[in-house]
Amino acid sequence: MLRPDEGGRMSSEQPGDATAWPDQIYDLLKEHGIRQVALVPDAGHARLIRRCLADNAMRVVPLTTEEEGIAMLFGAWLGGEKGVLLMQSSGVGNCINMLSVAIAHRTPCPMIVTMRGEFGEFNPFQVPMGQATPAVLEAMGTLVRRADRPEDVAPTVDATLRLAFNTYRPTATLIGQRVIGAKTFGK
Amino acid sequence: MAAEIGTGPSGKLHRRAVVRALLRDRGRLLVIGGLGAPAWDITDAGDAPENLPLWGGMGGAAMMGLGLALAQPSRPVLVVTGDGEMLMGVGALATIAVQRPANLSVVVLDNEHYGETGMQETHTRHGVDLAGMARAAGIPDSRLVTRAEEVQALREALHAGAGPLFAQVKVDEQSLPLVLPPREGAILQARFREAVLGPKAHLQ
Ligand SMILES: Cc1ncc(C[n+]2csc(CCOP(=O)(O)OP(=O)(O)O)c2C)c(N)n1
Ligand SMILES: [Mg+2]
Repeated sequence: MLRPDEGGRMSSEQPGDATAWPDQIYDLLKEHGIRQVALVPDAGHARLIRRCLADNAMRVVPLTTEEEGIAMLFGAWLGGEKGVLLMQSSGVGNCINMLSVAIAHRTPCPMIVTMRGEFGEFNPFQVPMGQATPAVLEAMGTLVRRADRPEDVAPTVDATLRLAFNTYRPTATLIGQRVIGAKTFGK
Repeated sequence: MAAEIGTGPSGKLHRRAVVRALLRDRGRLLVIGGLGAPAWDITDAGDAPENLPLWGGMGGAAMMGLGLALAQPSRPVLVVTGDGEMLMGVGALATIAVQRPANLSVVVLDNEHYGETGMQETHTRHGVDLAGMARAAGIPDSRLVTRAEEVQALREALHAGAGPLFAQVKVDEQSLPLVLPPREGAILQARFREAVLGPKAHLQ
């Protein structure tokens, strides 16, 4: 079954599977006491962003560039608050040097990354950074885990949050484009 | 009091005198120092656990201040950074303006150069108006500071909690002797968190 979602993407997943994971991520953010949500929007995160915006106990901070989020999460942790950074894979490239702040200070820095440029991509410009995303993160000392099926997203995000806050380091869940659905630009 | 804030060879404000004046009787003030000279300046004023001198993360200091200010809304937070560092992350001014943290002040020590790397000129040397950019981003209290009396007023303002506040302080460009803070990041972070949160910081 093909079905457009709010991002204009076509998803081949069953409706139940395809729509549950953003709400599950939101529930995990609550469970882990996340108070600051830094983001540059991605269509794949649209539902999760709406949930966070509707929550008065969370401060949603839209950024001008993703590296601001790495810096902000460090400041949050200095003040005793937990944060998370939401972005698409191209945004990982904007974070590279700032990750040294989390590494050098041993700061919990969980990232939830929606992947582009890998599974049925339409836009050539998404491919280079999408392909480089895990290598770049790992080169900067980030523990990276992937979720390529909707039912894997919640346990992977849970593990990513636990690894960050229990072991004091940058961590990332990459949500595969197959889970999100490829953006087709009407083609 | 204002008379104590001296000037350098150029006649512009002396950066360390400015920072000492801003941190005097600091009370509950939390301070982040941008990499390079601003980190040495806050250390010269007196190394303290409530200081986070940066050794890297160029372009991130103001956003670190935002995360901290949101996490500790009852404490004044001051970011002291350089013109080069601020220019690298200048979008943060827009992000901060939108969040409107009343307890956050960002003070740029503007020597119009990249001091740490050999005194190359920055854009402010060529007229780029950081205070104007901050105001246009939506930080209404954005000041250009060139005189000692204005430094004293700035010190009062960053304790007042009527922010966000931005100040571009024109300072003398002379390079000063290094006053180095600890450089083990894990210690800097842990001592800061303990000073703010108490021993439970380490059990969070
Ligand atoms: C991403 C990055 N680019 C370049 C540098 C090199 N660098 C270190 S300090 C500095 C200049 C900082 O200038 P400014 O913020 O104006 O401080 P000043 O020393 O002039 O007070 C530069 C370019 C760096 N550390 N990181
Ligand atoms: Mg400078």
